[in-house]
Amino acid sequence: MNPFSSGTRLRDMIRSIRACKTAAEERAVVRKECASIRAAISDNDQTFRHRNLAKLMFIHMLGYPTHFGQMECLKLIAAPGFAEKRIGYLGLMLLLDERQEVLMLVTNSLKQDLNQNNQHIVGLALCALGNICSADMARDLAPEVERLLQFRDPNIRKKAALCSIRIIKKVPDLAENFVDPVVSLLKEKHHGVLLTGIQLCTDLCKVNEEAFEYFRKRCTEGLVRSLKDVVNSPYVPEYDISGIADPFLHIRLLRVLRILGHGDADASDCMSDILAQVATKTESNKNAGNAILYECVGTIMSVEDNGGLRVLAINILGRFLSNRDNNIRYVALNMLMKAIAVDAQAVQRHRATIVECVKDLDASIRKRALELVYLLVNESNVKPLTKELIDYLEVSDHGFKGDLTAKICSIVEKFYPDKIWYIDQMLKVLSEAGSYVKAAVWHALIVVITNASNLQGYSVRSLYRAIQISPDQETLIRVAVWCIGEYGDMLVNNIDMLDIEEPITVTESDAVDVVETAIKHHSLDLTTRAMCLIALLKLSSRFPCCSQRIKEIIAQSKGSLLIELQQRSVEFNSIIEKHQNIRSALVERMPVLDEATYNGKRASSAPAAVSASLEFASNLPNGVIAKTDVAPLVDLLDLGGDEPAPPSSSGGNFLLDLIDVDMPPSSSQSVSGTSQPQKSGTDVLLDLLSTWSPPPQKESPTTDIVLLNQDDNTSVNALDSVSSSMVPSGQAKPTGSAMMDLLAEFGPHPETPEDSGPTYPPIVAYESSALTITFNFSKRPGSPQTTDIEALFTNKSSDVYTDFVFQAAVPKFLQLHLEPASSNTLPGSGNGSITQKLHVTNRQHGKKSLVMRIRLSYKLNNKDILEEGQISNFPRDL
Amino acid sequence: MIKAMLVINNQGKSRLAKFYNYTPVEQQQQLIRSIYSVLCLQPENVSNFIEGGLLLGPDSRLVYKLFATLYFVFVFDNSENELAMFDLIQVYVEILEKCFSNVCELDIVLNYGKMHTILDEMIVGGQVVETNSDIVMKAVEEISKLETTTAAAKLLSKSTSLLWG
Repeated sequence: MNPFSSGTRLRDMIRSIRACKTAAEERAVVRKECASIRAAISDNDQTFRHRNLAKLMFIHMLGYPTHFGQMECLKLIAAPGFAEKRIGYLGLMLLLDERQEVLMLVTNSLKQDLNQNNQHIVGLALCALGNICSADMARDLAPEVERLLQFRDPNIRKKAALCSIRIIKKVPDLAENFVDPVVSLLKEKHHGVLLTGIQLCTDLCKVNEEAFEYFRKRCTEGLVRSLKDVVNSPYVPEYDISGIADPFLHIRLLRVLRILGHGDADASDCMSDILAQVATKTESNKNAGNAILYECVGTIMSVEDNGGLRVLAINILGRFLSNRDNNIRYVALNMLMKAIAVDAQAVQRHRATIVECVKDLDASIRKRALELVYLLVNESNVKPLTKELIDYLEVSDHGFKGDLTAKICSIVEKFYPDKIWYIDQMLKVLSEAGSYVKAAVWHALIVVITNASNLQGYSVRSLYRAIQISPDQETLIRVAVWCIGEYGDMLVNNIDMLDIEEPITVTESDAVDVVETAIKHHSLDLTTRAMCLIALLKLSSRFPCCSQRIKEIIAQSKGSLLIELQQRSVEFNSIIEKHQNIRSALVERMPVLDEATYNGKRASSAPAAVSASLEFASNLPNGVIAKTDVAPLVDLLDLGGDEPAPPSSSGGNFLLDLIDVDMPPSSSQSVSGTSQPQKSGTDVLLDLLSTWSPPPQKESPTTDIVLLNQDDNTSVNALDSVSSSMVPSGQAKPTGSAMMDLLAEFGPHPETPEDSGPTYPPIVAYESSALTITFNFSKRPGSPQTTDIEALFTNKSSDVYTDFVFQAAVPKFLQLHLEPASSNTLPGSGNGSITQKLHVTNRQHGKKSLVMRIRLSYKLNNKDILEEGQISNFPRDL
Repeated sequence: MIKAMLVINNQGKSRLAKFYNYTPVEQQQQLIRSIYSVLCLQPENVSNFIEGGLLLGPDSRLVYKLFATLYFVFVFDNSENELAMFDLIQVYVEILEKCFSNVCELDIVLNYGKMHTILDEMIVGGQVVETNSDIVMKAVEEISKLETTTAAAKLLSKSTSLLWG
């Protein structure tokens, strides 16, 4: 065979790959090369084996599959020549991995090479072993590596030390074999060997408790002495990194001392002198010097200490913070974050510098500094810090405003000294960065305002002023509109003036103007507009002179494309027009929102959109259950919304409460008694929801409406009549998934005792233009995991479907068994149906609900038709 | 420990990739791509550290430095000193400079075998083994000398066998 015809040289291949202009060209070149390499491999061509493998490694780096070259690595390693071996080991490290069986084959070659006389071959083998050693190899080759720790050449000793790290990480049982060799390694003078010996010592301490104790007793002093030698040694140019002698050795020594000194007073005491020396003597104008200082600070922070050193360490970090180099500031902030747990007082002293870092040009530093400031805030410094942050909010860039706003809000909420300050700061944030304020935050603001009866006037006036200055901040508008709706009279009449306030003159029509501008503002969303409508309704009662104008504004939404707004508009309009006598009662000021409940809820369901809670159960007409706080109605709407919350006890309570509210007094005492009235209660509730579906994200509108129901007898009656016309919840009710979800939410409710064979309402599993599938469920007593489903197929079209086949698939946690169908012909026009039984076993019963993918195939006029769908509206606890 | 050492050019092409924990090749490519997508968006004058987070897993971070057209990247966990890792890039590049004198991207592409040799003399199994550039250089030179002599010997024996065979 002519050796010059076999493929291209490595360089030429690289050149031709580099010359490719498109990815497709590159793929073509690589494919060609791979093909010729494969051919060479199958010819067992030895001449170019190592060149081929070198090519393969390059191809591997580009991200192409190269598994076919793995055996070639082994052949090359077994070859006698050094060049082959080198490429072979390189390929072994790059192309293979420790999980492959091929590795088993290499163990023997490695063993031979570890016993070679040529130190470079031993070095190659050690390097490969250090990178890819598996647990099996570790057991087989540990004796060789152990022996090499005493090899004459230091280059081999240091590699063997690092190999040992890999070995003890893979097989911690082998750790004790290495303890004695480490003790002698730690006495070495050669920097590289000492460096790796220390590293091995560190890792031994991590994997083996006995070794750790042993080193702590026997080696701490020696290591301290080594550090002293290194620190005080004359300048060694070979290990110099930008003017500092061997920073890596310093760092490794400090790191191992950190581990040995942690939690041990004697060891810590022994090293405190040298730590102080490193902390004070190291030059800090170079990166390498700072790396040592940084490591030293870390060590000081974790060893036991009398206090003096820590102050020194934190002062070093303080100095880092004003360093020009971003990296230094970055690591300093990281370390301060840890230091705050050790000595918060010392960190506080650098507060001013840290706050400056919040304004850094570098985003990653800003973020870190902000987190640190957040940790530093306490009752005594909250005011100046918040001021500093809010001032910066005005000039910060957009990417950062979100984080900054969230942190400011959180600080203000956590540490506010008085409510007026809280309200002031929140208004500043809302005017500056309202769009970044989370819903829960402005809800909390409203809760606070309703609770501070003496500040309501102040708040509404401040909001009025703020909205004149920043008319485009949606969140600010929401709060302002809500407050104007509630406390409009205080705005106009300057009620509850505080001394610090400047009086303003706002006429009634000015107040209505604000709301009108808001509702007409093009960019505001549904929630805001809905809030505006409510506010208008309330103002119509508060300002009788503007009533006519308000009515006109409300009427403009009658044509809104958004059903919610349209409906509200029509309703409110009729309230203003026809129900003058009850209007003032309807729009009374909201009862004080309960802070404790709100905060508790917020804490328990932090990320969910939680809204203000109400306290109204105490004025229930029947007063049977004297509950002072009722979980908010709005919650229930959330449950019905697009992300159903897991069934919680508050949901259950709430249901009962709501039933109490809505049910006639005669049956209200039977909370856990007969289930029938409860069901009707549930229905009322569900109907309430389904009328409002899809429930948009709204808070006060809905609360108001429920209040309205409560106050207004006629509407309660209306609801009752709706409920009586509804089918009881045990029977078919094909109204869709929202409702079923809701029913499922209340699964653990006493009305469905599990053990006596619970019943589940049938569902419409699938519905297309002509086909409907209804599922009826039944449980076998004693096996709650298994559900029997009877599927009923009906065909509403006028055509007959023949060859009708129903198929279903379920995820792994389910088991599905399909019984034969009653027929394969489905008559048209709904006058006939097919039934088919399904048995589903849910192995995650109680954790996951059923889900099923279905496929229907049938023939219509001899044409094959396929329909597919997914059923996910199964009752929750099947 | 050091988890990976990467050299990526400013077009996103990987020029050297060494992973010290087993990583399948698809995952390697994906990591390189996502690291590059973060790197190329880094503005100037920011710190050279990037928190790993979702990209690399918890408590791992990377340090990078841009030399001409190449990003040199170390990925490491919290048992390493960030500033020291930054210096390690410097050491590596200084050694490359000594090897290739006025190193450029093409040198690196064509000599990636040597790049690996240098790296293997500096880092073994994710741990720093040597930072003294003279020792590293000496080892690398001896290795290449050995390689060429064995290769030459082989070539010689082959040509003789061709002659006689």
